[in-house]
Amino acid sequence: MTILRCIILTFTTILLVNCQRETQVEKANRDKILLVGNGGEPKALDPHLVTGVIESKIISSLFEGLVGDDAESDSVMRPGAALTWEHNPDFTEWIFHLRPEGKWSDGETVTAHDFVFSYNRMLHPDTAAPYVEMLYFIKNAEEFNRGKVLDFEQVGVKAIDDFTLKFFLKEPVPYLPGVTRHYTWFPVPKHVVLSYGKMTDRFTRWSEPGNMVGNGGFVLSSWRLHDHVKVVKNPFYWDAANVQLNGVTYLPIENFYTETRAYLAGQLHVTYQLPPDLVDKMRAEYPKEIREDPYVGSRFVRCNVTRPGLDQVKVRMALSYAIDRKQLCDTILKGYEAADTYSPDLGDYKPESVLGFDPAKAKQLLAEAGYPDGKGFPRYSLLIGSGGTRATSEALQAMWKDNLNILIDIKALDSGSYITAQQKLDFDLALAGWVGDYLDPTTFLLMWTKGNGNNNTGWSSEAFETMLDEAAHNQDAAQRLRIFEKAEKLLMDEQPIIPFAWQAKTYLLSPSVKGWPPLLLDNHPWTAVRLEK
Amino acid sequence: MAEKIEKGISLWSDAFQRLKKNRAAVVSLFLLAIIMSSCIILPMIPGFLIDPNLQNLMLENLSPSSAHYFGTDHLGRDIFSRLMFGGRISIAVGLITTMVSVFIGVIWGALAGYVNRKLDALMMRIVDILFAMPFLIVVILLRTVLEPKTTQLTDWVVNLIVTDGASVERINTVRTAVEPLCSLIPLFIAIGMLSWLTISRIVRAQVQTVKKLEYVEAARSLGLGNVAILFRHILPNSIGPIVVYTTLTIPSVMLFEAVLSFLGMGVKPPNSSWGVLIEEGASRMFSNPMQLVFPSVFFSLTLLSLNFLGDGLRDALDPKSSKD
Amino acid sequence: MIRFITGRLLQGILVLWVLFTLTFFLVKALPYGPFQSEKAMPDHVKAKIIAYYGLDQPVSVQYKRTLKNVLSGDLGLSTRLEGRPVDEVLHQAFPVSLQIGTLAMVLALLIGIPAGVISAARKNSSIDFMLMTGAMIGLCLPSFIIGPVLAETLGRKLLWFPVMGWAAGEYQFLILPVVTLSLGTAAYLARLTRAGMLDTLSQDFVRTARAKGVSGVVILIKHCMRGGLVPAAAFIGPAYAGIISGSVVIETVFQIPGIGRHFIKAIEAADSPMITGIVLLYGSFIVLGNLASDLLNLWLNPRMRNAAS
Repeated sequence: MTILRCIILTFTTILLVNCQRETQVEKANRDKILLVGNGGEPKALDPHLVTGVIESKIISSLFEGLVGDDAESDSVMRPGAALTWEHNPDFTEWIFHLRPEGKWSDGETVTAHDFVFSYNRMLHPDTAAPYVEMLYFIKNAEEFNRGKVLDFEQVGVKAIDDFTLKFFLKEPVPYLPGVTRHYTWFPVPKHVVLSYGKMTDRFTRWSEPGNMVGNGGFVLSSWRLHDHVKVVKNPFYWDAANVQLNGVTYLPIENFYTETRAYLAGQLHVTYQLPPDLVDKMRAEYPKEIREDPYVGSRFVRCNVTRPGLDQVKVRMALSYAIDRKQLCDTILKGYEAADTYSPDLGDYKPESVLGFDPAKAKQLLAEAGYPDGKGFPRYSLLIGSGGTRATSEALQAMWKDNLNILIDIKALDSGSYITAQQKLDFDLALAGWVGDYLDPTTFLLMWTKGNGNNNTGWSSEAFETMLDEAAHNQDAAQRLRIFEKAEKLLMDEQPIIPFAWQAKTYLLSPSVKGWPPLLLDNHPWTAVRLEK
Repeated sequence: MAEKIEKGISLWSDAFQRLKKNRAAVVSLFLLAIIMSSCIILPMIPGFLIDPNLQNLMLENLSPSSAHYFGTDHLGRDIFSRLMFGGRISIAVGLITTMVSVFIGVIWGALAGYVNRKLDALMMRIVDILFAMPFLIVVILLRTVLEPKTTQLTDWVVNLIVTDGASVERINTVRTAVEPLCSLIPLFIAIGMLSWLTISRIVRAQVQTVKKLEYVEAARSLGLGNVAILFRHILPNSIGPIVVYTTLTIPSVMLFEAVLSFLGMGVKPPNSSWGVLIEEGASRMFSNPMQLVFPSVFFSLTLLSLNFLGDGLRDALDPKSSKD
Repeated sequence: MIRFITGRLLQGILVLWVLFTLTFFLVKALPYGPFQSEKAMPDHVKAKIIAYYGLDQPVSVQYKRTLKNVLSGDLGLSTRLEGRPVDEVLHQAFPVSLQIGTLAMVLALLIGIPAGVISAARKNSSIDFMLMTGAMIGLCLPSFIIGPVLAETLGRKLLWFPVMGWAAGEYQFLILPVVTLSLGTAAYLARLTRAGMLDTLSQDFVRTARAKGVSGVVILIKHCMRGGLVPAAAFIGPAYAGIISGSVVIETVFQIPGIGRHFIKAIEAADSPMITGIVLLYGSFIVLGNLASDLLNLWLNPRMRNAAS
């Protein structure tokens, strides 16, 4: 009996203590700290060392590019570290005028020399920055990075004076302001980086909490692997007076069920991703808190066009027409949108829709390719990684079987082998995807050129590349997009990739968070976010 | 008269008599028989079960009904059929790999426990090393090495069964029958390699305890050989922990199969196993709990029965327990 | 006894060396290398990074250099984490796994051993049946089911505990992961203890004691505990080493910053320094754990002591 009483006593104590305690979100609302589910652990926070989206979310709060992210719209170019900018008529020379009041978080002034230093560090062959291609717009940047040009003076970026930065580009880039919002274009503080090592040192103490200095709205205050990254308000930020948050805590939760549970238990303000099978439940139970924003991501089946059979356009088209995309997106990929071309919504860019579900046509094409009713069709396998793509692959497998009478195996691999197999063209079909870095078709189309490290299909087309080239040198923004639309049509007519869905950002957002409209690139500037009780 | 008594106490019938008295064991045997025979027989009856891989996205996540006894999964496939077909694979994986691992583990542990100290040290240090090996790397390497071999093996087995002039249809039927089993062989090797370590440690500890007991000394002084002592006197006295550990290995092996399946080594999609059904059900437990409950119940019932049957068998086979 | 322990520790060093060598070459044999990412980097950049970590040298040179560094206590730089020192990562993650693992092991012992002893003492009774059914269900419902269920019920619905997080080891964050982690081990211990106890209970000396009129409890505690715990003792060593080396499932379900996920991710990224670092750590605990297990066994088995010393 005594034991029983003890147990009851213990539980009531726990209960009472916990009932009185406010949730972490309520406390954070009081302290004005935003609790963000960030999807995973960042590999590093030095903007020159990383390539991921997860890192980008944190880095964007620590640094600010020439052009800032706008809270309301992706297409508005808001002044950031630069106050104004201008360009020559053919978009090949740009001048950015920096804010004279711009400060690093240690109080030093942000100058054009910091930007030049930053691009020098990123482009230097010894730094070996993995995402360096984002800077190849600059004249001689690629040559310098490949060691063909040794003198950085010849690279097309100059500090005219402390607050004037000039770029010479290798081709017209009318969308350059949008590109400078990407973290590869952010400045790093020359004086701080150099105090912890040489310019080209890859991992030094400068990017650690306490040492790291940035020009963004927030400063890194604490980082514990797989636990949290905390940033606090930067008092030296030029717009600090209008920053409402005192800080942001990023929680690298990889398991989206755990993340959703944490949100529902009041441990998070916003989640990274809702698991598809919970979408219906959340739509019904939390209609005000579920957010389904469009996102610039595309999912597709990558074909290895060097394989006999798959080298025929008709076979690839047959596989494509046999996929019921709408049904796929209504069931397993809840929240996603059925793709009718490769690129998702990018504003004015509207390529012709060519994809569709047409089993009769699929069958006919397969017969024309020499496999009537699937007879004699090679036994291909569909490569998938170890993530949550098994259901999609099984659905595709069944659709191909039902509509074409062909058997495709599913080959699940660990992520390392999965990536390598694609790069070595050691696969038949692979489930893959791509997320755009900025709002321009180039972020989706350039990768399909010959020899590009992200192509991995064996496919290339001279006509396609000519079109891309033509568009790149076209100075009329609208015409340029029309040429890209034609290029995408060509890509879809050849179908080296079979797109089936456009990604969506489906997540939960606490009603206490204000200043969070849907954004295609999902870069919500924390400087504009407010918390209300 | 004398003959009758002789028969009455023969080891097996005696054991069976005792087993019959153990209610838990009898119920377990009955349950096991039902589950295993339905997994084996039901899929063989043409038209009785819905095709387990027949997918209908319009019918996703249905509740149990007369059309689908256990409802449908996230791809609209019949869960009851998938459980029955998956049970075949899980039971095969569970039994075969456990047998392999218990066999290796018992021999290794018994030898290490019985032989001289130097050899014992070497054998147990090998176990230490294998314990600490990163299993995921071993699995990836095994998969890379063995995967091409399984295709060859399948071809070889198909050629063995099918005569030269057979039709394409016949070859394909044989192939679909043979393939799932052949593709599991790397899995058997991987799990067999990795799961015998703990049991070898337990058997070694038992053997070391038992070999110092009086009756073993007695047997030795009677001039019995080492092998005879080990297998006739020492191992039978360690049977309890071995049986128990065997019944403990089966569930962990069955679940391990699912982990490996997601790394491309176990059962290939769209086919299923209980482990895969449980893993997939677990990820949807808060939207469609029934998709987890049914496979878990089958899985737990089978293993519970196996466990109580194991205990019952151990008691029945243990000559000493009859004297209690 | 001291000679026995020193001998075993020397053997342990050998074990670690073999382990290091094997792991080093197995990682090299993986079908993929480091620095893979979904967004491919240009080849010339990748070549530079590979050279930065010295991975362009002949494997034998790399092996000698790594071995030398490890012997001097330097585990190297993690290639996956862009050059963060491996010891720094382990320094952050290992205390967490150690804390959770140790608490889970203690809890498992507190549940498992008494359950096993009671079951054996009351063999084939309803309490035996219930305890063993509980143990088997604990085994059949793996942590990836129990963890989320506990988090959903006790955490989200009742709000007794946080559903995830670590918060520098505050007690309320510890309870759910520790309980989840301990259940499987407790079930194993209960089953093994029961089996060991039953074996001992059927020995002749127990019958003799019983005939002499020694009471049941005294027989159980005084005469049988030692022999009965032999199988469980053999299991505890490696189980403890395993449990403190981090559990990926627990770490993912409860968002615990332990060592398990670092290991899996390192393997998926062929991060050789991180893999060897963690394997060496785990290996040392296996060596120590098995040694402790064997010592425990000696203590449980007075007869074997002569043999060992």
